[in-house]
Amino acid sequence: MSEHKNHISSYKSHIVVLLSLIVLTILTVTITSVHLGPFNTAAAMLIASIKAAIVLLYFMHLKFDEKIYRFMVTLVLAIYVVVIIITFFDYLYR
Amino acid sequence: MEQNHVAHTDHFDPVASKIGMWLFIFTEILLFGGLFIVYSVYRFNHQVEFHLAAEELDVTLGLINTIILLVSSMTVAISITALQLGNKKLSLIMVAVTIILALVFLVNKYFEWGAKIHHDIYPGSEFLMSLSKGDMLFFGLYFFMTGLHAIHIIVGVALLGVVFVKIKNGSVNQNRYSLLENGGLYWHLVDLIWIFLFPLFYLIH
Repeated sequence: MSEHKNHISSYKSHIVVLLSLIVLTILTVTITSVHLGPFNTAAAMLIASIKAAIVLLYFMHLKFDEKIYRFMVTLVLAIYVVVIIITFFDYLYR
Repeated sequence: MEQNHVAHTDHFDPVASKIGMWLFIFTEILLFGGLFIVYSVYRFNHQVEFHLAAEELDVTLGLINTIILLVSSMTVAISITALQLGNKKLSLIMVAVTIILALVFLVNKYFEWGAKIHHDIYPGSEFLMSLSKGDMLFFGLYFFMTGLHAIHIIVGVALLGVVFVKIKNGSVNQNRYSLLENGGLYWHLVDLIWIFLFPLFYLIH
């Protein structure tokens, strides 16, 4: 069995991850309170994606688990991004 | 060899069960993903109305709920670490804290929705029907997406409740913690969806 080599996240790492997520949340609120036009949306989505990546890698343990999970998640997210791109090509150029 | 075989007759396979959990999470990602695409397309078609309607939402309440969910994600992660290290008591406390935070989130949601409904803003209300198409779409999506998310919170509470009982009676333990791990994955998914819902509905003007 592979039991002995299972990675156990430390308590401290969970707290650091939480603090970084809260800082990023407050950063989003601050940025969107200033009116920058379309850059607001871009900045908010960029920060949300960074937060999502942190949750996936650390809380959802993708960084330390077997590579198969990371491969599966990347594949599904790639398919989703392709669907978004195709949808917007349709709406922008019709 | 023979002994090894006998020891595993209960078909315990943590890797496979986690793959199963991820496959389920993918269906959830595509469910909400589809809704996010619907939101973006309608936002693209009704930019001014979406901009104005979004200002109706309470950013402070949204921010409080965001932080509640982020903290609850950490407590469930700590509970996994605690059980892996054999600290059953801390693990139980952390699962309980997660459930309490989830309930606080729902209470906030109740007040938030309550205020909207009090102002006559709910799908199909006379006031909303008198507004523009963009407003109707914004609030329709707001109620549907945050409502669907709230249903996931309720399911998460039920799931974590089962996990709590199973940790307590020892069927989920230091050597077999797959159920807690998969319950945790589900809970992080709920958090993940909110990470996108919050800026899209409350922040972007």
